[in-house]
Amino acid sequence: MTKHILVACGNGIATSTVVATKIKEYLKENGIDADTTQTRLTEVSSKVANYDLLVTTGQFSGDTHGTPYVLGLSLLTGIGAEKTLADIKAALVNQEV
Amino acid sequence: MADQLYKYGYVKEKYKAALLEREKHFPTGLPSSQPAVAIPHANADLVNKTTLAVATLAEPIKFKNMGNVKEDIPIKIVIMLVIAEPHSQVEMLQKVASIVQNEKLRKQFLQVLNKKQLLELVQLAIGD
Repeated sequence: MTKHILVACGNGIATSTVVATKIKEYLKENGIDADTTQTRLTEVSSKVANYDLLVTTGQFSGDTHGTPYVLGLSLLTGIGAEKTLADIKAALVNQEV
Repeated sequence: MADQLYKYGYVKEKYKAALLEREKHFPTGLPSSQPAVAIPHANADLVNKTTLAVATLAEPIKFKNMGNVKEDIPIKIVIMLVIAEPHSQVEMLQKVASIVQNEKLRKQFLQVLNKKQLLELVQLAIGD
């Protein structure tokens, strides 16, 4: 079943593009079918309920309506990127159990 | 930096104000080892021509951390992402991310003696 991931950053353009691409590549390598939608941080609360996972590069402290949330900044800086990717995969896989 | 981008026609007049406004709400300081990088950018519709504006700073400037807006980061490298059509710039954005992830390269940025050397380093990293 395809997983739908919402990726947000300040303008929903630059850093979310980099992070969305990295997540899709990683999940593909791990046999998880997923698509990503990019949005602005200000639009997250109104959209996030329809997604299986939220990943942001900027700080987000709004309502995630129960959708699992992983801070993806490390996918940009590289520090702790492996762990973040593992967290993302776990968040998606755990939903099926 | 924004003034020069406007002067040379890369961005519209409102770009600078949008940049400053955006930085207040969604800061672009990236937490990494020193020298740290900030990647200021604003809405694509305020950009006429896609480019990067790069500056290395003698004295660090405090940016807020993109992942924790209460935390200051002393920034010594500014890479301004001036992007008119973001979805066609995935590769360039990934290369900027690779600069952020490469401490050795970031240190080299600070050792250049003039603009020409800096440009060469950036072109090497971005692979233009």
